Amino acid sequence: MSLVNVENLSVSYGAKTVLAHVSLAIEPGEIVTIVGPNGSGKTSLLRSIIGAVKPSRGRVTHGPDLRVGYVPQRLHIDPTLPMTVARFLRLPGGVAPAGIDDALTQAGVPDLSTAQMSQLSGGQFQRVLLARALIGKPNLLLLDEATQGLDQPGSAAFYRQIETVRRDTGCAVLMISHELHVVMSASDRVICLNGHVCCEGTPEVVASAPEYRALFGSGTMGALALYRHDHDHAHDHDHRHEHTEAAE
Amino acid sequence: MILDDFMMRATLAGIGVALAAAPLGCFVVWRRMAYFGDATAHAAILGVALSLALSISVFAGAMVIALLMALTVNLLTGRGYAMDTLLGVLAHSALAFGLVAVSFLSGIRIDLMAYLFGDILAVSRMDLAVIWGGAALVVALICWRWSALLTATLNEDLAHASGIDPKREQLVLTLALAITVAVAIKVVGVLLIAAMLIIPAAAARPLSRTPESMALVAAGIGSVSALIGLRAAYIFDTPAGPSIVCVAALIFAGLSIVGSLRTSGP
Repeated sequence: MSLVNVENLSVSYGAKTVLAHVSLAIEPGEIVTIVGPNGSGKTSLLRSIIGAVKPSRGRVTHGPDLRVGYVPQRLHIDPTLPMTVARFLRLPGGVAPAGIDDALTQAGVPDLSTAQMSQLSGGQFQRVLLARALIGKPNLLLLDEATQGLDQPGSAAFYRQIETVRRDTGCAVLMISHELHVVMSASDRVICLNGHVCCEGTPEVVASAPEYRALFGSGTMGALALYRHDHDHAHDHDHRHEHTEAAE
Repeated sequence: MILDDFMMRATLAGIGVALAAAPLGCFVVWRRMAYFGDATAHAAILGVALSLALSISVFAGAMVIALLMALTVNLLTGRGYAMDTLLGVLAHSALAFGLVAVSFLSGIRIDLMAYLFGDILAVSRMDLAVIWGGAALVVALICWRWSALLTATLNEDLAHASGIDPKREQLVLTLALAITVAVAIKVVGVLLIAAMLIIPAAAARPLSRTPESMALVAAGIGSVSALIGLRAAYIFDTPAGPSIVCVAALIFAGLSIVGSLRTSGP
C-alpha cells in the first residue's frame, strides 16, 4: 500500500491554476525528487500532501500508518522568540531527552541541543529542521528545497545525510530540489513538474534527456532549456504524458 | 477583611490583569500582532457604550465587541487591504463610533476617562471576581493550547504537518485577546491595554532562553509593574493605570540597556 496517493490533483489560487491533473504515489522506502522551474507548483504539491492546501479537484489520500516528517522551505523565527534547539525539537508534542539526542545525531549535529536557534549557521539550522522532522520516526520525509542558502559542499553533505537517514530508518523521502546534479545519485525516481507531470522516471532516464544535459551544461541556458523543453519528445519510459491547457 | 481595602483590591486587580496579559502578550509580540491588540482594545469602547445603553454588564459588552472586532479583522485579512490599513480603519472607526455613542447616553452620567484610562481604584469585589475569573480563563486557554500555538506561530506548514490547524489556534488567541481586553478595561483603560500586553513581554525577551521562561518573566515584570505603579500612584497622586504602564516602560528600558551592554560587551 502506498504511503501517499495523489489522484488527479488540481490546485488553484483564485483564478490561477498552479497544478492540473497530477497523479503520483509514494511507496515505502523510495527517494523521489521533484524538479521543475519556479512557479511550476512544486511547493503547492508538497503543501497539498501535508494538508495545508485544499485541492480544487482530485484528492490526496494518506496510507493508514503514514507518519510525515516535514522540512519546510524556509523557517523564519522572529528574533523576539527565544528558542533553544532542544525546545524547538520538543514541539509540538513532548519527547524524551534521549529522543532529542538521537534525532540530532541522525541529522549530523549531535552537540547543538542547548544552542539558541537564532545563533545557528545556515547548515546547522537546516540540520536542526531535519532533526525535528525525524523526531516522530517518520516513514515519509518531505523536504522542500531544504538546502536553499547552503553552498554546494554544504548541500551535497546535507543530501548525503538524507541518504544515510533513509538507509538507517528505511523511511521514504519526497523532496524538491533545484540541484538535480546533487540529488541525482540518491534518487530512485525523478518527477519533472511544470503545472503537470511533464516527465518522470529513474534518474538515468531523465539524465539521458537532451534537456537535462543542457540544464547542467551551462548555468542559465540550462535552466531555460528545462523551462522550454517541448513535450513531444520520447524517453524510454512507460507512462502516458498528460498535457493540459494549464501548462501549455 | 483584607478585600475591604481599596488599595488591596486595586493591587489584586492589577496583578490579575498582568498575569493574563503576560503569556498572551508574548504571542502578540512573536506574531507581530501589536497593532491587532491595539485595535481590539480600541473597539471595546464601543462595547462599553452599548452595554451602558442596554444596561448590561460592561465586561460582557466590551468582550463581545472586542471579539467581533477581532473576528472581523481575521475574516477580512488578505482580501485586498493590507492588515495595518484594515486595522487602522476598523479600530479608529470603532473608537469614534463608541465615543459618539457615549454622547447619546444623556440620561446616564458616565466618566469617559474611567474607560479610556481605567479606574483601578474603584474596583469592586465583583469586578475583582470577574477580573480573576477572566484572567484564569485566559491563562488556562493558553496553557492548554501552548504547544499548538507555538508551533503555529513558528510556521503554518510545520503546524499542518503536525496535524495542527493554524486557523483554529489563531481563533484561540483572538478569544483570549477579547477576554483580556474586557477584564483590563477597568484596570488600565482601552487606550493602554496594548501596553500591558506588549511591554512586559518585550522587557522579558533579553532575560529569556525559551518561550516558557519569557512568558513567566513577563508575568513577573507585569505584576511588579502593577505593584510599584499603584504604590507610586498613591504616593504621587497620579492616575493609576498610566502609572503602572510607566513603571513597565522603565523596566523595559532598563533591561534593554542591560541586555545590549551584555551582548556588545567583550
